[in-house]
Amino acid sequence: MDNKKKPLSFHLDVSDFLPADEREKQSMVVMRESVSFWKDGFRRLRKNKLAMASLVVIIIIMISAFIVPSFYPYSYEQQIRGSENLGIMEYSDAEIERIKSGEEVFPHILGTDSLGRDLMIRIMVGSKISLLVGIVASAIILVIGSAYGSIAGYFGGKVDMIMMRAVDIIYTVPDILIIILLSVTLKFPLKELADNVKAFAWINTVGIGLISIFVVFSLLYWVGMARIVRGQVLMLKEQEYVVAAKALGASDSRIIKKHLLTNSIGTLIVTTTLQIPSSIFTESFLSFLGLGVSAPMPSLGSLASQAIGGISSYPHRLMAPAIVISLIILSFNLLGDGLRDAFDPRLKN
Amino acid sequence: MSGYIIKRVISAIVTLFLVATLTFFLMYLVPGGPFLSEKAPSQQTLKALEEKYGLDQPIGVQYLNYMKRLIRGDLGTSLKMRGQEVNDIIKTRFPVSAKIGLMAVILAICVGIPLGSVAALNRGNWFDRLIMFLSTLGIAIPGFVVATVLMFFFGVRLRILPTFGLTSPLHYILPVAALALYPTAYISRLMRSSMLDVLGQDYMRTARAKGLSQFKALFKHALRNAVLPVVTYLGPMLAGILTGSFVVEKIFTIPGLGSQFVGSITDRDYPLIMGTTIFLAFLLITMNVIVDIAYKIIDPRIKLK
Repeated sequence: MDNKKKPLSFHLDVSDFLPADEREKQSMVVMRESVSFWKDGFRRLRKNKLAMASLVVIIIIMISAFIVPSFYPYSYEQQIRGSENLGIMEYSDAEIERIKSGEEVFPHILGTDSLGRDLMIRIMVGSKISLLVGIVASAIILVIGSAYGSIAGYFGGKVDMIMMRAVDIIYTVPDILIIILLSVTLKFPLKELADNVKAFAWINTVGIGLISIFVVFSLLYWVGMARIVRGQVLMLKEQEYVVAAKALGASDSRIIKKHLLTNSIGTLIVTTTLQIPSSIFTESFLSFLGLGVSAPMPSLGSLASQAIGGISSYPHRLMAPAIVISLIILSFNLLGDGLRDAFDPRLKN
Repeated sequence: MSGYIIKRVISAIVTLFLVATLTFFLMYLVPGGPFLSEKAPSQQTLKALEEKYGLDQPIGVQYLNYMKRLIRGDLGTSLKMRGQEVNDIIKTRFPVSAKIGLMAVILAICVGIPLGSVAALNRGNWFDRLIMFLSTLGIAIPGFVVATVLMFFFGVRLRILPTFGLTSPLHYILPVAALALYPTAYISRLMRSSMLDVLGQDYMRTARAKGLSQFKALFKHALRNAVLPVVTYLGPMLAGILTGSFVVEKIFTIPGLGSQFVGSITDRDYPLIMGTTIFLAFLLITMNVIVDIAYKIIDPRIKLK
């Protein structure tokens, strides 16, 4: 048989149809095991140096905020007589005496304030409050927003229209004004509730200021989350696996929980992570105006606010909380961006 | 178009109505009503005051009266500054804040847009990285930190700029800079990403292919399209500057509405807090409507619903 192909002919090239040899077969075999969603995401996240550095910073701040205060030699409300207004690493006369007599005195790393309270521990406890506000408020927002958004998106039609109209209205309300207004007024009914109703007595132990911040944030900030989740659900509910689940008789709540929300987990993680710094931002703003957690509990915003009066003599009292709060917000922002690139590349703009 | 405007205005009125209602009922949560103060008034004075302001009537009637007064534009009387109308306080205080706020808006736009565009044109090189680094920083640092750090360095350490009050043009520099930093950083990021988007569009290649100069292509085609997302940011930016003004005016002791508002919070001057809130809410909601409508007019690609 003549295998030679004529230059201008349209005949098929017979060599294309020869059986594959071993080497060619090898190249078709999948060598790598399939990568799961999480593995894939974390692999991408690990490559992002900025995000990893932020994660390290966040972990360090968390350790010093949640663990270190429990064994720190000073407490945030302890007023040390004679040690008022110390500078960085300074000792008071009484403390120098004690050191001379062989006693060990833990240094005031960042000095003390006008009431003789150690600034270092106050900043650590302050960052604990800020982190708590950021994380708890974001968790509440995540729960409310994803439930509301997924129900609106899944049922669609009139339900969606009415639910989203409410969201639109809350969205156009100037949030910061309402937050201030609520923080001013909400403390009274909360106090009454905590004092008179036994079931709510725990409010007093957590602190009324903190609780009212949680309530205020979760009342207003869930709408952004609801909108994003609704968008995801609208897209996902047209997928074949949802139809298949329906055909198999899955209930609506099961489809929402097991299929729609699970599949938008990337978006949920990213949005929640980015919600944390914005909650911390607002909390520090409120504390700065004197509306946040109540004294003697420190917060980074109130520490900075108190330091303004003595800015010319004690600038470090302002700089230290200011740097910590900026660092917290910056790291969470960068980590959130990194998570978005790793887990939800479509969201990137 | 007119349909859209009507719809938008109606929704703004609904929002404003909700804010006013919420304000009224929140006032009720405060114990002792609006006449609570450190020096508790005697039983008789309290009764006389309550009668004067109609507080002895049922809550429904009070609510109606309150709404009627609001529609007439009457925001009530301040508690701590005896006899001062909230309207008058706003009238004297607001122009100061508006001036500083407007300066900050102009500064943010004039600096943010060029920075973002130049960063996009130099994508990936040191200039772009520097701008992106600075703007990431600018977004992460809270306004009160920026304001106090500026005050410390230029006012306390170097002593080249005044930090107190508003009596000369030099006094404006620090507060306006502190207010403008966040929106400038935000706008330059927004501008960079939208510019990158536009530069990759087909019409940009067409413009260059038909022989338009780089300069013309940039200004006639790229900039005009890339600036659209910045317009949508104008609404949130105003809200941000307003929030910032509370802090900045407090720090630099500027006699504007922001510091007045913060003062009224510290003083627990409830009528003043409520009145200012409603006034500012009205301002923000109106501005948002205007920005939304302007956006639809500028960008014909957006369908009017």
